[in-house]
Amino acid sequence: MTHTKIASPKQDILYMAILSAVVLTMPIWLQPFGAAYPDLMQKFMIFGIFAIGYNILFGLTGYLSFGHAAFLGVGSYTAVWSFKLLSMNVIPALIFGTVLSGLFALAIGFVSLRRSGIYFSILTLAFAQMSYNLAYSVLTPITNGETGLQLTQGDARVLDRMAGIQADASLPTPNLFGIEGIGYSGFYICAALMLISFFIYLRIFRSPFGLKLRAIKSNQNRMGYTGYNTRPYLMTAFVISGMYAGLAGSLLAVTDPLAGAERMQWTASGEVVLITILGGVGTLIGPLLGAGIIKYFENILSAFNDSVLQNAFSFLPDWLAHGLASVLGLFVGDGWHLTLGLVFMLIVIFLPGGIMEGISRLWRLVSSSASSTDDKEKEQPSTKEA
Amino acid sequence: MDAIFLQILNGLDKGGAYALIALGLTLVFGTLGVVNFAHGAIFMMGAFCAVTVEKILTLSVRVKDESVTFFDAYKETPYLEVWFGDTGAAIIDWSVPLSIILAIPVMLLIGIVMERSLIRYFYKRPHADQILVTFGLAIVLQELVKAFFGANPIPQGAPDVVAGSAAIGAVFGLGEAVVYPWWRLIYLAFSLVTIGLVFSFLHFTTYGMVVRAGMADRETVELLGINIERRFTIVFGMAAVVAGLAGVMYTPVLPPDYHLGMDFLVLSFVVVVVGGMGSLPGAVLAGFLLGILQSFSSMTEVKDIFPGIDQVIIYLVAVVILLTRPRGLMGRRGVMES
Amino acid sequence: MSDTKKILNVSRRTVLKGSAATTGAAIIGGTFPMHFIKDAHAQTFRGDPGNSSSVKLGFNVPQSGPYADEGADELRAYQLAVKHLNGEGDGGMMNTIKPLNLKGNGILGKKVEFVTGDTQTKSDAARASAKRMIEKDNVAMITGGSSSGVAVAVQGLCQEMGVIFMAGLTHSNDTTGKDKKRYGFRHFFNAYMSGQAIAPVLLDEYGAERRAYHLTADYTWGWTQEESIKAATENIGWETVNTVRTPVGAGDFSQYITPVLNSGADVLILNHYGKDMVNSLTQAVQFGLRDKQVNGKNFEIVVPLYSRLMAQGAGDAAKGILGTTNWHWSLQDEGSQAFVKSFGQEYGFPPSQAAHTCYVQTLLYANACEMAGTFAPWEVIKQLEGFEFDGAGNGPTLYRAADHQCFKDVLVVRGKQNPQSNFDLLEVVKEVPRSQVEYPADMFGGELGPYKV
Repeated sequence: MTHTKIASPKQDILYMAILSAVVLTMPIWLQPFGAAYPDLMQKFMIFGIFAIGYNILFGLTGYLSFGHAAFLGVGSYTAVWSFKLLSMNVIPALIFGTVLSGLFALAIGFVSLRRSGIYFSILTLAFAQMSYNLAYSVLTPITNGETGLQLTQGDARVLDRMAGIQADASLPTPNLFGIEGIGYSGFYICAALMLISFFIYLRIFRSPFGLKLRAIKSNQNRMGYTGYNTRPYLMTAFVISGMYAGLAGSLLAVTDPLAGAERMQWTASGEVVLITILGGVGTLIGPLLGAGIIKYFENILSAFNDSVLQNAFSFLPDWLAHGLASVLGLFVGDGWHLTLGLVFMLIVIFLPGGIMEGISRLWRLVSSSASSTDDKEKEQPSTKEA
Repeated sequence: MDAIFLQILNGLDKGGAYALIALGLTLVFGTLGVVNFAHGAIFMMGAFCAVTVEKILTLSVRVKDESVTFFDAYKETPYLEVWFGDTGAAIIDWSVPLSIILAIPVMLLIGIVMERSLIRYFYKRPHADQILVTFGLAIVLQELVKAFFGANPIPQGAPDVVAGSAAIGAVFGLGEAVVYPWWRLIYLAFSLVTIGLVFSFLHFTTYGMVVRAGMADRETVELLGINIERRFTIVFGMAAVVAGLAGVMYTPVLPPDYHLGMDFLVLSFVVVVVGGMGSLPGAVLAGFLLGILQSFSSMTEVKDIFPGIDQVIIYLVAVVILLTRPRGLMGRRGVMES
Repeated sequence: MSDTKKILNVSRRTVLKGSAATTGAAIIGGTFPMHFIKDAHAQTFRGDPGNSSSVKLGFNVPQSGPYADEGADELRAYQLAVKHLNGEGDGGMMNTIKPLNLKGNGILGKKVEFVTGDTQTKSDAARASAKRMIEKDNVAMITGGSSSGVAVAVQGLCQEMGVIFMAGLTHSNDTTGKDKKRYGFRHFFNAYMSGQAIAPVLLDEYGAERRAYHLTADYTWGWTQEESIKAATENIGWETVNTVRTPVGAGDFSQYITPVLNSGADVLILNHYGKDMVNSLTQAVQFGLRDKQVNGKNFEIVVPLYSRLMAQGAGDAAKGILGTTNWHWSLQDEGSQAFVKSFGQEYGFPPSQAAHTCYVQTLLYANACEMAGTFAPWEVIKQLEGFEFDGAGNGPTLYRAADHQCFKDVLVVRGKQNPQSNFDLLEVVKEVPRSQVEYPADMFGGELGPYKV
């Protein structure tokens, strides 16, 4: 995305319309991929939000944070506490989760943004790891440690009680004025929030603010010489992306009211980095694709087992089916991590700009064979900046 | 007093391990400018060199245990013992130190292959790409090890002579009761020697001096007609050997499993950054510093005042140092800041 | 910041567009099958195989992470159980568990199929995997797991979703205590039972005049075990010198072990599991603790929760160390023999305790369905509650109705000094009778919750 051309609002609306259509029809077109069940689609949306938020920081400013999982975790814990203390309605949970993560990001950003480069990365990593270690152990009264914070029958739920909502024998579910956070309705809540988040993200990308962030990425010193104090801009970007992470975290709690400490571990922070790079850093839609692919791998590939493979190849002669199944078995089921590692390597080696570069290369191929206009070429996002 | 003395030893011992891993990492960074997330995996593969040697040495004559009827249980007697009796048993007993002989060429080879076939294409690429590709490589390596050796830790014994504890207290006038495992003392000595060797190589050999010149100003060295890239490849191999040997020697302390590398990855990065990216003395200093602080923070007396401090000490120190010294303990200006 | 206004400058048209999209969403949502929506109909339930000729079970085990080998063994046991349920193989424990209504024609005449998933030993991943099984694969029951955190998390989910959860390896008191659930069942024993079982043996072996030092993994399972073992050992007259919490995955435990040396303690109790236990035990032995004499007695190390895989990981360090396990393949009763035989013939090595508990759980669930004559969970639960059986390897066993905990004999084992073979790592010191490990159902609090959700 080196081209700084600011797209017209009309184009943006078209963009949003297409995206909405694609997202909202997911339950239909994901069917053949075996991914059209609520939990996975919710995860697509939630990690999409997490990743686009992360892209605001990393994609625009180039600041590589290794601690964003901490904000995800804070969002989750806050949301679950909001369910426990206030109300099962998702609105307070989302608001508190996002705001508190924002404040947490403000505090961490205030310290971490004093440094840049890898020093910044390690500072964020250190804060996130401290949060994780403490949440897992000594902060157990707040976080319920290893098991994760869960709802109980005896929770206060002050607002719900005031509103006269009586708890029945089973645990209440998070809901948006009666629309439940689980199942397909939960997916649509997530999808709606994802689309809203994406729209804001789109506006940030196109705004003068976004432009300044990119200027920081390309040359922070020069930015300073021209009289800009870059810190407030970086700070704003950091807090916004922290809030996106907080929103994603609270949505995780909405769709499944349990907050576990592992959400804050460095591997979780690493995951969002990988999602973003895999999809295409600094590209608009890339992070969404990255999130989809990684979550798909984690949930679908890991579920293939030997007998599934044997069945799949049952049409082949026995020895061949057996051989194929045992070779493929290395890459799926308990070997799904291996596939993940290989995909990372292949993508980075051959498509430095992530999947988005792959798509734009394909597009170029198609459009050049259709002998399109010359300046189309110029508009293609260059990938070098990733 | 005894307690403090022992904690200092613990700290030095840990510090030795941290410093050895961090040394290779910072060396690769300083020379090649590559952030290598697969460095932990190299450490792990070193440990598995020891496992492999042990497996080979203990290839066994298997006598079926007839009392077990439902599956095949074997009483295993290694061929070496069958053929050479006590000498064979002694060789097996010494399998960890013996693994070093295998580990040096193997790790050098792994390092060079890795650099030539993958890393060199990433010199000019952004650090994020380097991180992703080496992280992918780390996952691939560890999953291959898992597929081959399983996920359970595989115990490796130190040789019997040094498996016990040394009455080190007597040496320092603290009484016979103060003991410390021989193997950990050996590990500490080993790490000091290795660190010494790396430093003398870089400072007292012409080869090393050229490498250091290349680290400082690559272009000028190249203009002088020196093939600096080849030297850097060797440096990468050397870093792999150092990490690999650290892994081999660590197996009696920590039974290795496939995940060992990931467990040390974050920690070693923190050490490198606290020391200052690309600074060798910095990495060593930071390694020992963090090791000692970690040991002391684990004492009950300290934990009573600051609950949970041992959980976070490493990160806390990293934050404090980076805020007071912008480029770590001994980092250079402008490295990895853009 | 003047930019913000620009960013949030949402036009009226976009808002309208957005709301239109959401309405559309609601319509699409409405067209989906009703059984996805909770309580759509009082008598329907999740995982109902309906008229299908097969029923699906979900095996949710760790396939990556530190417990991957244990998970792999659990999966083997499940596959064996499915075979036996479908009438293939030699039937294993189907021939020894009494009473048992299973006929070898699947469950209620439906062939048993299964799906698998990776818990990664993380509560989030485990719940995601369980949700996939419920939402996508329509499983009638979920089982598995190799840690208490995961068991409690998945059990909670299963209660909300109304799908039965047959816990795998989980040892925390909380699973059937504070966090017990109507839809969750545990065959494995717990930390309290470990304490009750091991204390008399410790008294016999090491005497009443002992001073114990605890190193405890700093998370919920570690704490409950420390509490249980501490209470049990103090009951036999031991003194507790100190209890120290260690970070999970500490790797090197030297900084926690050296203070033990001069603490005046003569027993070290390691409340660690998995890799932590392998590391701390190896290192404690390396520090010469076992060669030490304190207060005129041999220093001893105790590992309250033991498993063969961990003994294997710790190697020589495990020799002579006392601990408890749920089950061991060397048991000579009919049920254990039948299981070891069919497992051994299928895979060539003996099953672990994790495999045993998972196998038994699957058969028990199938049997309860058969007895209930339906897959409706509330009926199946009623059959499991208070079910008494024998022939599954631990003597006469009761699934207590009040907390869904199995009560059966507990094994006290010791790392073998001179193994006869590569699998011969533990010897059974004592089979502690069930009566000795029983406790009142309300001891750990918690509530089961409703039958119908």
